[in-house]
Amino acid sequence: MSRATSLVSTEWVQENLANNKVVFVEVDEDTTLYEKGHIDGAITFHWREDLQDGLIRDLISKEKFEALLSKSGISNDSTVVLYGGNNNWFATYAFWYFKIYGHQDVRLIDGGRKLWELKGLPLVTEVPTPAATRYVAKERDNSIRAFRDEVIASIGIKNIVDVRSPAEFSGELAAPAHLPQEGGQIKGHIPGAKNIPWSKAANEDGTFRSNEELSELYKAAGVDFAKETIAYCRIGERSAFSWFVLHELLDLQNVTNYDGSWTEYGSLVGVPVAVGA
Amino acid sequence: MRTCGATPGGADLAGIDLANQTVIQGAVLRGGVNDGVPNGAPVDNAYVRLLDSTGEFTAEVPTNLEGQFRFFAAPGSWTVVVLAHGAREEVKVQAQQGTPIDLVIQI
Repeated sequence: MSRATSLVSTEWVQENLANNKVVFVEVDEDTTLYEKGHIDGAITFHWREDLQDGLIRDLISKEKFEALLSKSGISNDSTVVLYGGNNNWFATYAFWYFKIYGHQDVRLIDGGRKLWELKGLPLVTEVPTPAATRYVAKERDNSIRAFRDEVIASIGIKNIVDVRSPAEFSGELAAPAHLPQEGGQIKGHIPGAKNIPWSKAANEDGTFRSNEELSELYKAAGVDFAKETIAYCRIGERSAFSWFVLHELLDLQNVTNYDGSWTEYGSLVGVPVAVGA
Repeated sequence: MRTCGATPGGADLAGIDLANQTVIQGAVLRGGVNDGVPNGAPVDNAYVRLLDSTGEFTAEVPTNLEGQFRFFAAPGSWTVVVLAHGAREEVKVQAQQGTPIDLVIQI
């Protein structure tokens, strides 16, 4: 994977709006954004209702993923182009999800919904009615997903990258500043984790920084690219963004997303926790 | 929209635990008349970023249909940055727990 195969520009989107092989999918944290207006022809996935199991805390099953994509008009050979608000947090989470289930051609709009809006490009409110397909997913590829026991065993061995804001990392805040502060978890971070906020990988307009800048960002913070890397945040979406940077843009294959993240780790009994910068 | 009254900018604070939250909120307006009362059309497609005292990015939200935004921060110095088509504005604020900051940002 690389920038050329994983990322498309807003210009590319405009040239491919009528391309039947391409399915645009908006995935937002604020799920009312799609109703306000979306890229012409785009469908939407609701990050919680469509992409969370609902009963247990996990990804939806292979069968449910197949049903979701089939009713959305996505075929195995579709080029799926994801975008969303919040600098593509949930769109990169969906990207990671498509890779978990082995979709071949999935890409992300560089800059996401924000750049599209900042450029004043058109949004529509018409909701498409795609013809159903028979999508067949692969078995889950857990080589890009980290689980809690692996994370605990990796302390002091692998790179652990905490991509939350400095205030969450230090233990000052329990959640991002646009959300009410939760009381359920211990505050702090996994010992030895490097705090490289996801936002450092993005320009103000939501586009990704250059590969040279990104590589320097992680190296300067002490990430050894020769080692395996685990990214985490609070619920696994912001870390999907940083996983995308490391795995897709910088083409590092030994990178996983710990989607249990701090809401799981900070609730575990007896695990080591660090506070402060 | 003219926003004179007790809540000049952001959304209604009913239901917010103000004793335990440090709220920074407001509204983004475009094309207002400079007559001493905040006014103008709500900007419902702006992005509002919250930077900490070192300039580090902390959070970002899109404005709602009324052009409003809200952050739950911690006491201290913060910078609010508004991005919209053809506009960029910065406002520095000092946040306190229990006393919400309510901004009107004209672009």
